[in-house]
Amino acid sequence: MSILIDETTRVLVQGMSGRIGRFHAEDMIANGTRVVGGVTPGKGGSEILGLPVFNTMRGAVAETGAEASIVFVPPPFAADAIMEAADAGIRYCVCITDGIPAQDMMRVKRYMRRYPRERRMRLTGPNCAGTISPGKAMMGIMPAHIYAPGRVGIVGRSGTLGYEAASQMQALGIGVSTSVGIGGDPINGSSFRDILELFEADPGTDAVMMIGEIGGPQEAEAAAYARDHMAKPVIAYVAGLSAPKGRKMGHAGAIVSAFGESAQEKVEILAGAGVTVAPHPSAMGETVAAVLDRMGLAA
Amino acid sequence: MDIHEYQAKEILARFGVPVPKGGLAYSPEQAGYRSHELGGERWVVKAQIHSGGRGEAGGVRLCGSDKEIRDYAAELFGKRLVTRQSGAEGRLVGRVYVEEACEIAREIYFGLVLDRKTERIMIVASSAGGMEIEELSAEHPDTLLRMTVDPASGFLDYQARELAYGLGLDSGQVAEAAKIFRACYRAFRDLDATMVEINPLVTTARGNLLALDAKMSFDDNALFRHPEVSELRDMSQEDPMEAHAADRGLAYVALDGNIGCMINGAGLAMATMDMIKLSGGLPANFLDIGGGASPERVLSAFRLVLRDPKVEAILVNIFAGINRCDWVAEGVVQAFRKARIDIPVVVRLSGTNVAEGKRILAASGLPIITADTLAEAAERAVGAVARKAA
Repeated sequence: MSILIDETTRVLVQGMSGRIGRFHAEDMIANGTRVVGGVTPGKGGSEILGLPVFNTMRGAVAETGAEASIVFVPPPFAADAIMEAADAGIRYCVCITDGIPAQDMMRVKRYMRRYPRERRMRLTGPNCAGTISPGKAMMGIMPAHIYAPGRVGIVGRSGTLGYEAASQMQALGIGVSTSVGIGGDPINGSSFRDILELFEADPGTDAVMMIGEIGGPQEAEAAAYARDHMAKPVIAYVAGLSAPKGRKMGHAGAIVSAFGESAQEKVEILAGAGVTVAPHPSAMGETVAAVLDRMGLAA
Repeated sequence: MDIHEYQAKEILARFGVPVPKGGLAYSPEQAGYRSHELGGERWVVKAQIHSGGRGEAGGVRLCGSDKEIRDYAAELFGKRLVTRQSGAEGRLVGRVYVEEACEIAREIYFGLVLDRKTERIMIVASSAGGMEIEELSAEHPDTLLRMTVDPASGFLDYQARELAYGLGLDSGQVAEAAKIFRACYRAFRDLDATMVEINPLVTTARGNLLALDAKMSFDDNALFRHPEVSELRDMSQEDPMEAHAADRGLAYVALDGNIGCMINGAGLAMATMDMIKLSGGLPANFLDIGGGASPERVLSAFRLVLRDPKVEAILVNIFAGINRCDWVAEGVVQAFRKARIDIPVVVRLSGTNVAEGKRILAASGLPIITADTLAEAAERAVGAVARKAA
């Protein structure tokens, strides 16, 4: 099993006619993803990679029955693209775009709440590497070959640090049920807590590797959730021990601006909640292995 | 992006916030002249730098004559003002603002921020103005009033009134205060700010409200739709290395250590810095060279890291996703030849085509130290610096 996506998920690519959208659509298809079409306003009626392109999300969903979409739309138009997906009845949307204004994301989140919880679209990202259920489907830009299929979930803010974790795990023979990038922006579609909730409910996931970083309250919320509501073990790493306060470290959201937002404080909060914290970033894989071993779970 | 106090006041005044009359000066003479333009008998002279805590650092003074203003301004211009927020380097004073002084009856704190927890614009106010917000939260948390704004409805009239009453303002001042609060919200929303702060907002002896100091920061991701805000950038207030990097599309943050870092991806960059620290070394910088690390990009990143004279070794850590290790290795080899590197360089490659990447580094005959894991890379970089010192 896996969360969010599998080989049956029908996926639309918003912005497929662009160079980046097309490149990654091709890679997603090569990795088993059921891509059913693309949406680019003005390009409706054409074909890319042998797939139909539509002018509107509503039209694309009506024709293809897609339930998921991935957004490769440039920052000024990305928020609009996400809201279009929500109104078209898409259930799961991944936004890859980096550089969306924070207030646009604030409005997106508010807009999505117009729908009751059971009909509300789930969004991950923006500014993320996407989601992959190894061997089944991938909605993202990650190198698929570093993820072995398996039973450990990964959730993280960063792309390449997530790759680092996946490949450390692969080297130790540990596979992944689903890996989810929640992105490096201050306001994002899903929090660590939201994804932990899905992994806890997934019979195909035994444990979760969570990769946090400085800035924001989400690791602390996740710690409380893991302590109070999870039976499955959580392993964590928080990047940015050497990051100075008040400086933005690459990601728009990676800035320590309030109490509890530094890596040290987050590590203490997580450890205090019973989460196993990897002592350094080169030990993410071995820490997962040790926890699985202790639980009597196979890799 | 940060702007100066006088610029924030100009913007807020445009939205309807009352501010004292003032004039900007680029020289002591001009500062003195401003007092005649403004009229009155007493003026406040304020160094314009992108940092709080100017008052206690000697960057603000009440002056009673043209000569006093000129003398004080002469002291300020060209000086690097060190405040408790500026870092040891301080900030260069290149502009001075001269304002008419006023009689203060009460000081209030008023600010807006983008709150990550509620994902809304949050308003924070306190009747104990004049102190920094950090001090206020620590020492007078009971005076802090907070409310969030629903983006669908905006900052409502009643919320602004409730805030004004909560601050204990006189009935006669409530309408004016509510107008100021809502004006600040509109400025925040319309210009994609990330922070607006009026500290202090004062009531004068005559009962008027005035924004005595003002600060604004803006969302870098939204500057594309606010060219008028982008124009307010003052390069003299930025670290020259960071400005140089930003102009080349590289995310760079200068730090105090001696191991230069070049990594793709912000999270991996932070993790690599952590690993250096845990191995007993100190990173000289944060540098994310991004996803598509072309040879040109690798070269310009090397040149950037080498501009820092503190750098005694360089650690390159690339996880190739869409990228390919062999291309990155080519870039490193080219950079090595073109940038005349005479300090130890540790390279760790992983991901797509890693074997070919390693082969290229080995075949180059260059003194490149390679590593297989993150821990190994950090240990080798720290070791290389230690050997140089020995």
